[in-house]
Amino acid sequence: MRFRFTQTAIDTAEARRELLDLGAGGYVSFEGWVRDHNEGQEVTRLEYEAFQELAVKEGERIVADALRRFPVKHALCIHRVGTLGLNDMAVWVGVSSAHRGEAFEACRFIIDEVKHRVPIWKKEHYRSGDSGWVNCERCAAAPGHAHA
Amino acid sequence: MQLKIQYYALMREQAGRSEETIETSSVTPADLYGELTARYGFTLAREQLKVAVNSEFSEWSRRLAAGDAVVFIPPVAGG
Repeated sequence: MRFRFTQTAIDTAEARRELLDLGAGGYVSFEGWVRDHNEGQEVTRLEYEAFQELAVKEGERIVADALRRFPVKHALCIHRVGTLGLNDMAVWVGVSSAHRGEAFEACRFIIDEVKHRVPIWKKEHYRSGDSGWVNCERCAAAPGHAHA
Repeated sequence: MQLKIQYYALMREQAGRSEETIETSSVTPADLYGELTARYGFTLAREQLKVAVNSEFSEWSRRLAAGDAVVFIPPVAGG
């Protein structure tokens, strides 16, 4: 599986080993972390939830697309679900390849597509005690604003 | 016909449940969303959503069949 979910902390050392290849000259990874603010609000924790059956299929399609578009060796994406605190890692993408250029490009492609296409949602909890589903609450307040 | 509906994120909270089996005369996912919005007061417009039938993205105009599993997909926010 080149795209998967985990309920527990992402083990990047283990994930990285899955990318090893004698023909690879290096690897690029991206880690997405929980930060303490978003759109002017102080964030204290996040909850991630996914429609896993479809999310895994769509995630696999994205990684397969990346492997077709860029001449890289291996690629893998792991996403957390559940409750995460500040600085916790929400997502990890890793790509190994013969040369660095395509590894950077493929890694960027995968994280961008995952953020756009995979049915994963996050609820932010704020210091004020308020909370909200990212990309949903504001839309609800202003219908007609469609998402790509 | 009977359909199975699963709800996620904001829609799960607004429906007050994560899944249900309903008896409906809605023919398409678009009709079904209208029916369920009347019932639960969903705040998202259909244009903001995608829909999945049997765990694959679907057109809103698809003809639903008995036993289909439908999921409405609010704007995503992974990463």
